[in-house]
Amino acid sequence: MDYNLQPLLLSLKLSLTTTLLLFVIGVPIAYWLSKSKSSLKPFWESLISLPLVLPPSVLGFYLLLAFSPNSIFGRFLKEHFDLNLIFSFEGLVIASVIYSLPFMVHPVQSGFQSLPDSLKEAAYTLGISPLNTFVRVLLPNIRPSLLSGIVLSFAHTVGEFGVVLMIGGSIPGVTRVASIAIYEEVDSMHYDVADFYAKVLILASFIILFLLFLANKKYKGKII
Amino acid sequence: MYKIQVIKELHSSEGKMILDVDISVKQGSFTSIVGKSGAGKTTILRMLAGLVKPDKGSIHSGGDVWFDSNTNKNKIPQERSIGFVFQDFALFPNMTVLENLKCVQSEKDEKQIKELLSLTGLTALASCRPDSLSGGQKQRLALARALVRKPKLLILDEPFSAIDQDTRIRLQQEILKIHKSYNLTTILVSHDLTEVLRLSDYVIEIGNGKIMRQGNTDLFFSNEGKTDQFRMTGQVVDLFYENEKRFANVIVGNMLIKVRVEDSMEALLRIGDIVLLSLNDFNPIIKKINT
Repeated sequence: MDYNLQPLLLSLKLSLTTTLLLFVIGVPIAYWLSKSKSSLKPFWESLISLPLVLPPSVLGFYLLLAFSPNSIFGRFLKEHFDLNLIFSFEGLVIASVIYSLPFMVHPVQSGFQSLPDSLKEAAYTLGISPLNTFVRVLLPNIRPSLLSGIVLSFAHTVGEFGVVLMIGGSIPGVTRVASIAIYEEVDSMHYDVADFYAKVLILASFIILFLLFLANKKYKGKII
Repeated sequence: MYKIQVIKELHSSEGKMILDVDISVKQGSFTSIVGKSGAGKTTILRMLAGLVKPDKGSIHSGGDVWFDSNTNKNKIPQERSIGFVFQDFALFPNMTVLENLKCVQSEKDEKQIKELLSLTGLTALASCRPDSLSGGQKQRLALARALVRKPKLLILDEPFSAIDQDTRIRLQQEILKIHKSYNLTTILVSHDLTEVLRLSDYVIEIGNGKIMRQGNTDLFFSNEGKTDQFRMTGQVVDLFYENEKRFANVIVGNMLIKVRVEDSMEALLRIGDIVLLSLNDFNPIIKKINT
């Protein structure tokens, strides 16, 4: 059996980077959506939820066009930042963030919506600043939702295939993540190697989900 | 003196309503706002706290302008010297009793926290989380937390609605004590007239977004029903039988009045009830107010 851990480590690196970025981007978006009374809210909600229903190849195809050096966006990135998002790890990260955005935003948005407004209002009347209220009062009280968002985003990125294949291809050490490696090993009739990668992914996914449910059980009842 | 002159369009289940009130609250007074649900009582409190912006008007705290639509001034809640006790208490579930108080302090002051815990009888529960507290304890914590910033104005939005009767009476006494000892100006929204009578010295009745009636508590309640009859309010301190007839001893001001209880009232009256006394053919009649 000829295998190496590189695809697994690359998947881990991609998932961690994507989850971290999604946390920074997704939590404020989720908060805004939970409080917004804007008439455009359904538009933004639909846009963010699109990756849930679209075939990954559709998203991958348009990202491929957008990131291409022939496109305005691609050319802009190349000329100003010397950045090529096609067949690169950075491109995979951006595509993964877009693709997994609903998996972070939805649970966190639900979490914020479940908090009574009086919690925030009480903090304000007690002199606590909006930022401190957000960090010290609101976020700690939606811990199970945050955990769900983090774990789902991470797990979804690990399992990504279509988008990665479309814009990343399969460059070892750069874009050849575990899911791509499994496909290629099967294609080359190396079932034992594919089996190894697949088993590691199954085990890792089960452990992640198990820890999520365990943590949620622990927090249950501590939240209003 | 707090001056609240505001206009705000409200949308209720019964349609659009214009809240248009001009309220003055004296420094050091205990003012209650009463009225039916949806009359705009809570909105007045929320505008006072800076949680809702009035469409027009002004809110003054002494010489300090909290809101003025003409000059576009609107102080954020953090800049208004208020303590707000919410109907659902709004305690922070992720913090212990102690942390709920400490997180409000801008500068560490252990002595003040100890004082507040002792004042509200929560010292032994300092390390508990709010979800393990009883309704009365939650209310005490909400009150203690509202006092951490040493506010001049205490706002109570139906704070006793989720608490059983016995605890409620005890808490009301405690709030009255705190109101006096901290030299607070307190505004209470309540549906319970007994509570209003027991606590407040001034009552404002709101209906359909307007002030229907207002006045000193005694005067306010004795005018209920708008009759020419002579009426007084008091509190039942004793219920007893004499010659197989039911009687009540009622305290009115500093007088103790013995009143015959009619059969229809017998089952309703309890010691501690606030009652209305009136005269019928020169015989005093007793009527429970909060029924």
